[in-house]
Amino acid sequence: MAVGKVSDATFESEVLKANEPVVVDFWAEWCGPCRMIAPALDEIAGHMDGKVKIVKLNVDENPETAAKYGIMSIPTLMIFKKGELSSRQVGAAPKAKLEQWITAAV
Amino acid sequence: MPQAINAKLVIIGSGPAGYTAAIYAARAMLEPVLIQGVQPGGQLTITTDVENYPGFADVIQGPWLMGQMQKQAEHVGTKIVTDHVSRLDLSARPFRLECDSGQVYLADSVILATGAQARWLDLPSEQKFKGYGVSACATCDGFFYRGKNVIVVGGGNSAVEEALFLTKFAAAVTIVHRRDHFRAEKILQDRLFKNPKIKVIWDSALEEVTGGENPLKVTGVKLKNVKSGAVTAMPIDGVFIAIGHSPATELVKDQVEMKPNGYVATAPNSTATSVPGIFAAGDVTDDIYRQAVTAAGLGCMAALEAERFLAAHAEMRRAAE
Repeated sequence: MAVGKVSDATFESEVLKANEPVVVDFWAEWCGPCRMIAPALDEIAGHMDGKVKIVKLNVDENPETAAKYGIMSIPTLMIFKKGELSSRQVGAAPKAKLEQWITAAV
Repeated sequence: MPQAINAKLVIIGSGPAGYTAAIYAARAMLEPVLIQGVQPGGQLTITTDVENYPGFADVIQGPWLMGQMQKQAEHVGTKIVTDHVSRLDLSARPFRLECDSGQVYLADSVILATGAQARWLDLPSEQKFKGYGVSACATCDGFFYRGKNVIVVGGGNSAVEEALFLTKFAAAVTIVHRRDHFRAEKILQDRLFKNPKIKVIWDSALEEVTGGENPLKVTGVKLKNVKSGAVTAMPIDGVFIAIGHSPATELVKDQVEMKPNGYVATAPNSTATSVPGIFAAGDVTDDIYRQAVTAAGLGCMAALEAERFLAAHAEMRRAAE
């Protein structure tokens, strides 16, 4: 499954109420490092399908959720399990490192 | 697992050193492979105005300049790969490079142009609030500080550039520097002192970042005057660390000789490292100048030296056969 999109309106139903662990990628169009990790996240979403859901949230369009979680730097990745924030990673990282972090957290 | 790819020359890194090396090597018909790394285009992609790269009468943008270098390298025949080298084995010939994707490259020679990363103070409180009010990249995160008060820690070009950039968003910017003068270029200092939004606190070091939990949020800093030892608290919304960069040397740790300060050592007036066939160019080895144009110059030298090395190598092989 590819990386889906969530918004302020769908964050609760798509992330907090999801059955499986969810990785949220807080990003923006103008953020270079965000664009760099996007292909890696797409691939990870592909081969971890069923174990984890990966979604992205545009901080420009959805300031409410970004503010709620205190995002002051992007990309920031957060893993939610059963509605609870369980792990976070700030800044771009190589694909292997991202995959390791996601695997360890879910 | 895909089959290993053989190459005469692999260039690791995609800043001015890497792309310049690629342009020269491609024109020398070495068919170079350039592996970009996690930050394609390098440090210039997180800057804005570039005013000191010769050849451009008007101000250009860092990301645009790197896009142009990439295209030029491609046009002359470089194979550019979006991947990240996770392991480099210099103990056997050909050198073996393993990438994140699983792809393996076997290279007769390698140019290390891995550059440098922003340095941190390594205070526990700084690491704790990283991404929640502590940043090392104004152009990435400045947007989140609209109308807020921020400090920039440092005294070199990056600190002054970051402070000037942040005035576009922040209500007030304070530079905290542990000396009583800046190292930054005079033209940048001039702009800084003329900017009514910027204030300077001299002779002071960041002692601690303070703030709240859930969500993590910076609310202040403690600054220590290095002369008097006095510690003062200051309310603040954001902290930008701009104290310089450290070379990205993890790949060659314990494999090539290093300078005492952690940069890759090279022979005098050369890019040759302690391992024949391995050359280093740009911020991974340059502990003095660290400019885009000097990195490009070193990249050119590395390609010319790699060409000479490969020619001698081929000669030896022919003689042995």
